[in-house]
Amino acid sequence: MSTAFDHPEYNYKVVRQFAIMTVVWGIVGMAVGVLIAAQLAWPALNFDTPWLSFGRLRPLHTNAVIFAFGGSALFATSYYIVQRTCRTRLFSDTLASFTFWGWQLVIVLAAITLPLGMTSAKEYAELEWPIDILVAVVWVAYLVNFLGTIAIRKESHIYVANWFFAAMIIMIAILYVVNNAAMPVTFTKSYSAYAGTVDAMIQWWWGHNAVGFFLTAGFLGIMYYFVPKQAGRPVYSYRLSIVHFWALISIYVWAGGHHLHYSALPDWAQTAGMVMSLILLAPSWGGMINGMMTLSGAWHKLRNDPILRFLVVSLSFYGMSTFEGPMMSIKTVNALSHNTDWTIGHVHSGALGWVAMVSIGALYHLIPIMFGRKAGDMYSISLINVHFWLSTIGTVLYIAALWVNGIMQGLMWRAVNDDGTLTYSFVESVEASHGGYVVRTIGGLLFLIGMFIMAYNVYMTVKAANKEAGAAAPAQA
Amino acid sequence: MLSTFWQVWITVITLGSIIGCGILIMYTSRGQRKEETDQTTGHDYDGIQELDNPLPRWWVFMFWGTIVFGFGYLGAYGYGNFKGFLTVEVDGEQVTWTSHNQWKAEVQAFEREIEPLFNEWAATPIPELIGNDAAMQTGHRLFKSNCSVCHGTAAQGAKGFPNLADNDWLWGGSPERIVETIAKGRQGIMPSQLPMLGEEGIADMTNYVRSLSGLPHEADAAERAAPKFQQFCMACHGADGKGNQWLGAPNLTDETWLYGGSSREIAFTLRHGRHGVMPNFSEIWDTLTEQKIHVVSAYVYSLSNEPEVTSAQ
Repeated sequence: MSTAFDHPEYNYKVVRQFAIMTVVWGIVGMAVGVLIAAQLAWPALNFDTPWLSFGRLRPLHTNAVIFAFGGSALFATSYYIVQRTCRTRLFSDTLASFTFWGWQLVIVLAAITLPLGMTSAKEYAELEWPIDILVAVVWVAYLVNFLGTIAIRKESHIYVANWFFAAMIIMIAILYVVNNAAMPVTFTKSYSAYAGTVDAMIQWWWGHNAVGFFLTAGFLGIMYYFVPKQAGRPVYSYRLSIVHFWALISIYVWAGGHHLHYSALPDWAQTAGMVMSLILLAPSWGGMINGMMTLSGAWHKLRNDPILRFLVVSLSFYGMSTFEGPMMSIKTVNALSHNTDWTIGHVHSGALGWVAMVSIGALYHLIPIMFGRKAGDMYSISLINVHFWLSTIGTVLYIAALWVNGIMQGLMWRAVNDDGTLTYSFVESVEASHGGYVVRTIGGLLFLIGMFIMAYNVYMTVKAANKEAGAAAPAQA
Repeated sequence: MLSTFWQVWITVITLGSIIGCGILIMYTSRGQRKEETDQTTGHDYDGIQELDNPLPRWWVFMFWGTIVFGFGYLGAYGYGNFKGFLTVEVDGEQVTWTSHNQWKAEVQAFEREIEPLFNEWAATPIPELIGNDAAMQTGHRLFKSNCSVCHGTAAQGAKGFPNLADNDWLWGGSPERIVETIAKGRQGIMPSQLPMLGEEGIADMTNYVRSLSGLPHEADAAERAAPKFQQFCMACHGADGKGNQWLGAPNLTDETWLYGGSSREIAFTLRHGRHGVMPNFSEIWDTLTEQKIHVVSAYVYSLSNEPEVTSAQ
């Protein structure tokens, strides 16, 4: 790829690499998601092939969208933001390059081992121990590079976005290493260092903070840079940033217990998880308010700026799912929602509505800059608008279908006849869910089509930029 | 019970985190402006400025609200050795909430509600109860949730699990025997005959067993095995091979085969033996009470019997 677009001072190469791979992995991860969603509606789609079966592709989907797509988005934006807001080049270009190639290697290894059925069987931590070690090494290189860049900054203060990125990187390092501690048996098999309930508790300490730090704190970092940039407005309240940042990162680490309501986990630990989840509501909303209110005085821009629309709608989904989460963690609500599709719907209102849409908005702002054009100067603005509507409608269809399914399942499972016997067998609730599974597949498919449109738009933007660069070069000579 | 150390530990860090949030709110709102202005903090990051606006008041109220709710929740549900003030009724007494107590209370409340209905059914003899459609529907539902995993939803059975709808009984089909089977369980043991018969003897005996129900067989082989049947098999299966319901020994002269009647399956049974287990439902499954066993037994009985109409009705 041409280096003609490099900012004289900053390392844009690594940002460019990660930004492009975000689009690529987004398509891969979401395509697998659409396939397994379709398998739930039409089970024959696993073609009786072990490596296409739901049990193996589901972890591939989650790993691909969280760590490949989400991770690449975080690397791209954090490397960009930390340089711009610290007014300095990255601490180390070598480490930057190492994190890029190391992270891609992790993703490729995941894409090979998971369909082969190699798994440590911990949710969102399925990768086996050799890959875990690689992840940890790459992540520590990222930590050193990011904090190193902050250390050599030319700006006297540290911008809010960097607080969130730093908190995310540090906490993910700790959580990942602790949760994946295991005793290897062979090169491709290991057993957790923890047993029984303790294992479950550690697992959900990680599991919920993969959501809390990786998918929330990290993406709030993205929001804190790209929303004010794209809107051209100052951030609404610095004080609010302080309170919601510290409250968010100190309370989030507690919330994992709510995944284990009515389990063998001691009642007090379940209660702690629930109380902290509820107290998390205000700190979560602090970020939404700060982003939304940044637009005050600039609301008219939403009319003709689809990039800003992506960012603002992502904040709406963020606000909605961070309200839904605390409600679902209340014991009495959880008794209905647990193990139903409602949980999956909740995750996707965060994952599609918030994480993916804020990343997409940021990328549309960032990618043209990476190729020597103005911020947001994509090949086609109307295609961004098409992408926006596909994403929004897709997300709404997805989550609405699973709300209906989830609540229906919860009610069917607890329904009893006058004689005390269960009204429905489990399979009747599966049959009743079929319609919802079809609608959810359609929603996911719309979202995926949007990603293809984005890929086309990015390709055309890069092509046009290369042509411009080619035309400009002889003139300078 | 948590030790004092762990009780103090969890209390201090929990309260510390929650109270820390309160201190954070109070500390950060000190000296803030009364209302929104255009004043920034003076910072500029890559063109991004930050306004020095106060914390939104409704948001601060909400934050305090969740903190108060959190304390209320901890008080209600308890924390470690501290018992919350929420109670549930178990065995007729108010006891502190635990998730286990909540479950027991809910089950017991429901049992109390359905007790009169089951009392009435339990007082009706099984031959008469099978004429009660409501009871039989309930029996069928109980059967589906407790028995169908092995015996199938239509009680048709499967290999190793008897068909309950064919009026052919391993342990007896009287109401009393069905109740006993469900309540106490059964162990059906066929020992391996290999030590007694040897490989050739097993081949011969397979032919003899098949001859009992008129299946194709080699007459010579069957003849050779006949005396050995009287020696090794008749104790359980009877001299005529008609079985013994007190031991659960199947009748070998009919067309019903628990493990299959092919030469291969019969030879397998003779060589390796079989061990069928019907679990004891009055103990392993504490939601299946004596009364429910009465109703589900009646359902099983109804599959092979017509209701008796008594003169009392």
